[in-house]
Amino acid sequence: MRGIKKVFKELKHFPTAVVGLVLISLLFIMAITTMVVIPYSEAKILWRGDEATTYKNPINARPAWTNIFREEKWPESFAVKFSESDDVIYTVIDKEENENTEKITTKMSYSFDYNYGEFPQEILIYFDSDFVKSKPFVEIRLLTPEGRDIKIISKGLRPEETYRFNQDMKLESKLGEKTSLIGLFATLNPKTPEEPEVAKGTYTLTLTSQTFEAGSSVDAEVVLHGLVYGFAGTDHRRRDLMTALLWGAPIALLFGMVASIGVSVLSMVISAMGVWFGGWVDALIQRITEVNMLLPFLAILVMIGTFYSKSIWTMLGVTILLSIFTAAIKTYRATFMQMRNAAYIEAALTYGASNSRIVFRYLIPRIIPLLIPGLVLSIPGFVFLEASLNVLGLGDPVLPTWGKVISDAYYQAALYNGNFYWIIQPAILLMITGLAFAMVGFSLDRLFNPRLREQ
Amino acid sequence: MGEKVQTPTKIVKKKTKDTAFARVAKYSSLRLLSLFITVIIGVYLTIMIANMGGYVDKIMKGQIREKLIVSLREDPNYQLMEPTAKATYFEARVINEEKRLGLDQPFMIRSFRFLYNAIRLDLGQAQFMTSDAGSRSVKLIILERLPSTLLLMGTANFVLFFATIALALVLSRKYGSFWDKFFITASPLSAMPSWFYGIFLIMIFAAVFKILPFGGMIGSPPPETTGQYIVDVLIHLILPAASLIISAFPARVYNWRTFFMIYSSEDYVEMAKAKGLSDKTIRNRYILRPTLPMIITSFSLMIIAMWTGAIITETVFLWPGIGRLIFQAVGMSDTAVIVGTTIIYAYMLAFTVFFLDFAYALVDPRVKIGSSSS
Repeated sequence: MRGIKKVFKELKHFPTAVVGLVLISLLFIMAITTMVVIPYSEAKILWRGDEATTYKNPINARPAWTNIFREEKWPESFAVKFSESDDVIYTVIDKEENENTEKITTKMSYSFDYNYGEFPQEILIYFDSDFVKSKPFVEIRLLTPEGRDIKIISKGLRPEETYRFNQDMKLESKLGEKTSLIGLFATLNPKTPEEPEVAKGTYTLTLTSQTFEAGSSVDAEVVLHGLVYGFAGTDHRRRDLMTALLWGAPIALLFGMVASIGVSVLSMVISAMGVWFGGWVDALIQRITEVNMLLPFLAILVMIGTFYSKSIWTMLGVTILLSIFTAAIKTYRATFMQMRNAAYIEAALTYGASNSRIVFRYLIPRIIPLLIPGLVLSIPGFVFLEASLNVLGLGDPVLPTWGKVISDAYYQAALYNGNFYWIIQPAILLMITGLAFAMVGFSLDRLFNPRLREQ
Repeated sequence: MGEKVQTPTKIVKKKTKDTAFARVAKYSSLRLLSLFITVIIGVYLTIMIANMGGYVDKIMKGQIREKLIVSLREDPNYQLMEPTAKATYFEARVINEEKRLGLDQPFMIRSFRFLYNAIRLDLGQAQFMTSDAGSRSVKLIILERLPSTLLLMGTANFVLFFATIALALVLSRKYGSFWDKFFITASPLSAMPSWFYGIFLIMIFAAVFKILPFGGMIGSPPPETTGQYIVDVLIHLILPAASLIISAFPARVYNWRTFFMIYSSEDYVEMAKAKGLSDKTIRNRYILRPTLPMIITSFSLMIIAMWTGAIITETVFLWPGIGRLIFQAVGMSDTAVIVGTTIIYAYMLAFTVFFLDFAYALVDPRVKIGSSSS
């Protein structure tokens, strides 16, 4: 314990190490909070991206905070369920009752302000209607701030029905613009005649429903897909990137730390045993190391991922297995060789210490100061390895990770289409993680190997 | 273990000088043998992994039947046959196709034949891949990709090698200066791999400023004159090469600097300074000379790295090199190509390790071949 305290005290003299330690603590806080707030089971469902979880999200929406830098704001998304909203005005226009029919005409209108510089991506109306025999009937109209009252469509409703404005080709040709929504939201007097411009102000969407049975009802949910969404934006499958950005932290830390601790500890123990027992044990370890160094690491990993399993646990296991027998084991061996004949080991032998006692209590503890800088320094490599595997399409299919977001973005040509937010956000998080551990690692290295210090 | 080997050689050395040759010969033949066995085991392991221990055979047999059903569905002659004739014809076609791919023999026998051919550098025919010229020969496929990998990795590695050593030499003698501290602080930047820098470079130079291409090795359509062609390839080379260089540069400079610093704080360097030797002499004779083994090691490892390419960087930049070839081959489970690239890598590494022993002995008179176990 005192040793660890001393190390931290010494580290204070390295400004990079202090920054690194602060960043690492922040990452841990982020990871733990994420695991508590969004449990793994929930994150998995969110990341699967079923329509039920993502229908309110636009495709490839920028993060909402990007609006701060825009003079003309981009539209934000909203969703209104008519039966649950207080802003919807219901008026019963007409009511006819016979012996077995009841015909009710209801007007539902919802007004919203639209003061953005861009047209919405899409407007959807999800109808949910109750009836036994006779389908209800609905007419959709939109009143623009300039007083245009446009009839969108009138149609009979199935029990569940969705109307998408931009997919209505009839409406589009009627309005004569590139998309229906441009036709609806464009002002009549644009500054430049060629370019459609949004008419800012209050829009009123009116649904007039006619039901033909007693107890029959129509409910609607209006969803407007803007161009910005949430804190992190969305991807091509409407998934909120926040899920992956948050959950990437625990996964990256887990992969990086388990791999580096596993590799360091195992290769240390194995090389200590090789040195202590000597003979064929040592020879075997040496030969395995030579064979392993001959194998192309990444190619093997790619093969395992393609042929066997892409699960993160398989990848982690294979990574550790392939990384144990590398040059590091030779370095440890050289150090243990020097120690083997030390006087205190001889003393231990004379009092009858067992082999395992000598290996674990006498040899290994002496090498730990050497081990720690290497361990910390290898973490970024493993964190990025996990991301690299994702870029090669070998990431765990169900896990929301930073690498996954980058690879999705890359394969959806995000760079080509200018969706930079998609790549920059996970990349910065990866960069912070990598840099934080590297900064601490380099400082530890200089601390434990004082010969390398500047002064 | 080290001492056990050393004792007899010391006695031999005292007896007569002629045995030095015998010692070297014995050592090198043993070393060659052990390296050769290492290569064989390594390649066999690769064969086993690339075939999933024989499981790929089952997949391929299934695929043969599936493909045959689809192709025969459109064959009018086949459709008119009797059901029994249909079955025999189908089985005959399956056996024929299995024979073509060598699937008629058990996997264990084939795995050793793969190994034997691989060791003889008879790389054979690819199962699914073809070279751009249309050849199935693994050798031709690899040779076709080799120039682009050599160009990319060669450019990046040569720049890295010479620039980092030169810079580190300067820094090692000015330790504590601003630039020294700058590079120490910058060294963690190498924690990020080259493809990561690559994505940022693509974003800045291709997507925002639109001055460099997104990827590939040649524009479309390719320029007509040779001069323009070369210029176009060089323009495509800038971003991938830069990302390889940027990612490795800070850590390399740091490592070389530290390494040179250890050597330049030796007593004999202080002595040389006290004697009033010129900076150039001190640098060349007193610092570079003793670090030569390390520089040679680094150089030879660089040469090997040039041949294997960079799997992810080449994939991100759509660079048609060996790295991307390996990735594509794995995706198509084309064992012959995977094993082909591995065997070349294994041989090169083994030979380099072997020759490095001699190189060390040549540049460092303190090293005697075979006089200590390495």
